Amino acid sequence: MASIVAGIACSHVPAIGVAMDRGTTGTPYWEGLFKGYEPARQWLAKLAPDVAIIVYNDHACAFSLQFIPTFLIGVADRFPIADEGFGPRPVPVVQGHPALAWHLAESLILDEFDMTIANEMPVDHGLTVPLSVTCGQPQQWPFPVIPLCVNVVQYPPPTGARCFKLGQAIARAVASFEPDLRVVIYGTGGMSHQLQGERAGLINRDFDKAFLDGMTKDPLALTRITHTEYMREAGSEGVEMVMWHIMRGALDADAAEIYRHYHVPASNTAAGLMILENRRTT
Amino acid sequence: MTESREYDTIPGTYVYDARRGREGYALNMFCMSLNVAENRRKFKEDEAAYLDRFTLSPEQRRTVLKRDWLGMLKVGGNIYYTIKIAFCDGLTFQDVASMMSGVSKEEYAKMMLAGGRSPEGNRYKDAAALDTSRG
Repeated sequence: MASIVAGIACSHVPAIGVAMDRGTTGTPYWEGLFKGYEPARQWLAKLAPDVAIIVYNDHACAFSLQFIPTFLIGVADRFPIADEGFGPRPVPVVQGHPALAWHLAESLILDEFDMTIANEMPVDHGLTVPLSVTCGQPQQWPFPVIPLCVNVVQYPPPTGARCFKLGQAIARAVASFEPDLRVVIYGTGGMSHQLQGERAGLINRDFDKAFLDGMTKDPLALTRITHTEYMREAGSEGVEMVMWHIMRGALDADAAEIYRHYHVPASNTAAGLMILENRRTT
Repeated sequence: MTESREYDTIPGTYVYDARRGREGYALNMFCMSLNVAENRRKFKEDEAAYLDRFTLSPEQRRTVLKRDWLGMLKVGGNIYYTIKIAFCDGLTFQDVASMMSGVSKEEYAKMMLAGGRSPEGNRYKDAAALDTSRG
């Protein structure tokens, strides 16, 4: 049987990808951030998962405002890199895992989560930056990926509580997949940041720290944070943190924190990284 | 945009909700078209003619042609979309953020390096007004 072994929370700031693509990660500006990514890369290389589910939001690349899926799962065998307005990132094409992805789609829908299914779609920095952060710059990504998109571009995104429950349903679905696969799940986006308006640049370290602590201390309490509270406290785009709850919900209640890294600033954003591992071994 | 929402009390923030979605669809779909390299070339070649393909209001059109980043948000622009115009101009997110918040690029970068904009005094419009009156 397949099982979820670990969760990774990771900000997906586009400038982080640009720094890697241009080879500027060693500059004084970026050094501190990237140094903190090293232990996570080593941990993931050692874990060597069979497949990753990456929860992220599309940024007006795969979807426009024409169709706005709240939850979407990609079932293709490959996902090309999107042109986000300045050419595609020079990173490998992302290989999918159609067998598990279709199983998830069917299981989730029958479990009352009404997923949109995508047979073809490009993936943007929301997915590729967390891959770059945790895998470095390989010729090919070390594992296949199932993209799971969440709308956070058109208000309202799904609630934190709904996201957490989707995570729980993902765990049930993975556990009912026959082949023995070790699965990691990424929750991406955040942490505090505001990209728009006169209030652009807002960062709230206290909020972010409490959020990171809450991931193990009381994740259910975090799911009750309202959208207005995210926007007021963590910036209008801080609401992306609802996606972390999908990752957290997919893990066991007593999942352990293995590593965290927090750095300000990455462009306009507080960049966070956290690794959680399920205690049981299968 | 008469109906008020709880988050309307947050200063300097333009939540892309149903009200803005109704107003901004065409503007944002124009921005979306800039994901295609050929369209970026055509837009740069003759911006006014390119904009004729989309049913923008006169004010939306003005904000695009004048690169009034804050103004775009006020007429239904969504930052994830309007930023594509900036990418087309060779600007970064930080360049645009500094312009929207009314400070120089250097001043903005300095603020971010010092830990970003504090939430203190920036949570409620009234508090922001109070802070300003205090100087």
